[in-house]
Amino acid sequence: MHAYANPARFLKIARPLTPVFLGLGLLLVLFGSYAGLVLTPPDYLQGDSVRIMYVHVPAAWLGMGGWSGIAIASIVQLVWRHPLAGVSARAIAAPGALFTAICLITGSIWGRPTWGTWWEWDGRMTSMLILLFLYFGYMALANASDERTSVSRATAIFGIVGAVNIPIINRSVVWWNSLHQGPSITLRGSTISSEILWPLLPMVIGFSLLFGGIVLMRMRANLAEAKVEARMRRMAAS
Amino acid sequence: MNHWAFIAAAYGLTALGTVGVLIWSYLDMRRAEKAVADLEKRK
Repeated sequence: MHAYANPARFLKIARPLTPVFLGLGLLLVLFGSYAGLVLTPPDYLQGDSVRIMYVHVPAAWLGMGGWSGIAIASIVQLVWRHPLAGVSARAIAAPGALFTAICLITGSIWGRPTWGTWWEWDGRMTSMLILLFLYFGYMALANASDERTSVSRATAIFGIVGAVNIPIINRSVVWWNSLHQGPSITLRGSTISSEILWPLLPMVIGFSLLFGGIVLMRMRANLAEAKVEARMRRMAAS
Repeated sequence: MNHWAFIAAAYGLTALGTVGVLIWSYLDMRRAEKAVADLEKRK
């Protein structure tokens, strides 16, 4: 892992990888959207509203995956003091918050024709809303420091403690009775018909690649800004 | 109930948010990397 601790080495890999992630991600999302909107049949119970699943599920996956990434990066920063861990955690926060918000709003839009309500204070929606507030808190803490290539110890600990919410979100539909459907995709398979399910795969991979591309661009921006600030400080001192 | 208005709203919002954060991140990266390049030219 420390082989990539050098920002110059990281940038050598990140520069060609960024357009690959973005290009491939965009192609998969466009194809998945076309498949989800045109090629798949409507659900026998939910009708056409089931097509919202193709944007709602990847957004939920990225909201939760983003915070898992922050927690892992925070552990790596605190334990191994990897110089890129703080940069990556900081870069994940904004797109993670965005996809959590998209998940909440698309879920609300999906809920209206399916459940007859925009919002329900149940375990899944409330824990997802808490995740959004955790992202806001993390961004506020991270931005409180001028350091661009790291986050403070308190911010890293916040990133780790906040991860407690991830299994709560995951198990909420099992623990509490809710309007939200139970887990329909598990390691043992899916309860969703395969002719409706298949576009979800290109959508999840495509959005994940776009998320990766966004994180790489934000990491590159933070590293470049840190380099300029360091050079300015040296010039001012000499 | 016609579901297509809800579907259009969900997809439109997702597209808007994703494209927005993509452009924001790209412009931030371009500006920061240009500042490094300018600084290296001045050396």
